[in-house]
Amino acid sequence: MNLKANNITFSYSKKRQILKDVSLSINNNEIIGLIGDSGSGKSTLCKILSGYITNYTGEVTMDNKAIPDKDFYPVQLIYQHPEKTMNPKWKMEKVLNESWTPTQELKDTFGLKDTWLTRWPNELSGGELQRFSILRALNPKTKFIIADEISTMLDAVTQVQIWEALIKHCKANNIGILAVSHDEELLEVICDDILHFDEINNL
Amino acid sequence: MSETPWYNKGLFSSLNLRQKTLLTIGLTGLVLLVIFICGTLINANLPTDFSIKMQPPTFDHIFGTDWMGRDMFIRTIKGLSLSIMIGIGASIISSIIATILAFVASVNKFCDSVVSWLIDLFASIPHILLLMMISIALGKGAFGVIMAVAFSHWVNLTRVLRAEVLQINTSEYVALSKKFGKSKLWIAKEHILPLILSQIFVGTLLVFPHAIMHESSITFLGFGLSPHEPAIGIILSESMTYLAMGAWWLAFFPGLALLIVVLLFDIIGDNLKRLFDPSQANK
Ligand SMILES: Nc1ncnc2c1ncn2[C@@H]1O[C@H](COP(=O)(O)OP(=O)(O)OP(=O)(O)O)[C@@H](O)[C@H]1O
Ligand SMILES: [Mg+2]
Repeated sequence: MNLKANNITFSYSKKRQILKDVSLSINNNEIIGLIGDSGSGKSTLCKILSGYITNYTGEVTMDNKAIPDKDFYPVQLIYQHPEKTMNPKWKMEKVLNESWTPTQELKDTFGLKDTWLTRWPNELSGGELQRFSILRALNPKTKFIIADEISTMLDAVTQVQIWEALIKHCKANNIGILAVSHDEELLEVICDDILHFDEINNL
Repeated sequence: MSETPWYNKGLFSSLNLRQKTLLTIGLTGLVLLVIFICGTLINANLPTDFSIKMQPPTFDHIFGTDWMGRDMFIRTIKGLSLSIMIGIGASIISSIIATILAFVASVNKFCDSVVSWLIDLFASIPHILLLMMISIALGKGAFGVIMAVAFSHWVNLTRVLRAEVLQINTSEYVALSKKFGKSKLWIAKEHILPLILSQIFVGTLLVFPHAIMHESSITFLGFGLSPHEPAIGIILSESMTYLAMGAWWLAFFPGLALLIVVLLFDIIGDNLKRLFDPSQANK
């Protein structure tokens, strides 16, 4: 399976263009890194790939077909601020199960403690919440994961632990990953290939 | 804490603000509940005794007696409980209307503009006119009054809820929920409703005093409950005939009691608002 972006052009306002003719391609057996300056438009590209922004020109396809929007979206975005993606009036158990019910084994590999499930989102740390949003994205229907600076709030040890678990699961289930980060060393370790944002953006 | 209202000062100064608020709500609620329950237990056909008619307040009849020798205190309590009942019905219905319209507004741009238009329309008609029109159209009586009050009081809460729903709809967790393939209905029920529930609750209570006042006033004007009902509005309009004869107690005590009940509901509503959203309430 293959996720492709063809000639994506986008701007939030008429004044400043963010993306111009951006193209990239990810296979479901590889991990692609994306690195670039702050404010250059990486997150914007991530939102386009995962269907959050739709008023762009160009096309995003999976196996050369448009991605159906009605049901579960096969390209899932995980991003920097997990707390914003959780309803403050929901217990973590409901937050997690909104997507699917992961096995106990999978919860354990991501170091997700059972006692967290009965708490509210504001009673967990950013790193703890991030494990939930990663696990939510690993729904069996997911084909690609867009990871937009998902490990910036974690310490080095936890960062490695989580990335290892994520990569292991994705390799086993043929899920492709686009990993956005400012941490070039990290990307060099985990990625099959690294893209530089200013090189793919023809601005 | 200079914002603390008068009824929270002094008396319970050893408690913290939250406890005071809860205590106020509890006590006020209890008083209203007692009035309501006593009222419903009273038989509407009070005994008449013409030997004691038109007596000013005494220790036997602290609110005095009317032209048929009925005890005005008992009539007032009965009237208040009827008012409270109509208030409950009207506030609940108006909150239901407000909630439904707020959700309808969130469906798409067209629905939103329809709801906005409705809000502007109803807000531009004077309350009392709207009340009388709806009440007459529905054949007066309790049903007509409840509907009239409900349909003239949904506007404020709808405005608040509409803005709230709009904001929640643009949140990241709703966007994500859509990407998980959840339907709009599911999102409305699971994501949005729990977040606006406290506002609906407070909104309902805040309509209460208005509902009671308006019920009494249109009944007083003859567009509400029928003269056979033991309502406060009926008591007050009856008393007008006797006021010139110096029977001031017929209007004074029921009127005062009505004001107190309205005030009590206002206090509950205010305190609940404080409890749910302290930052807002202090504005
Ligand atoms: N919703 C928005 N409306 C208008 N402009 C926006 C919006 N979101 C982002 N921008 C602007 O678009 C540009 C690109 O933002 P984006 O978040 O994609 O950058 P980024 O490459 O992810 O940066 P960082 O590495 O800091 O996360 C920025 O200049 C930002 O100010
Ligand atoms: Mg970013």
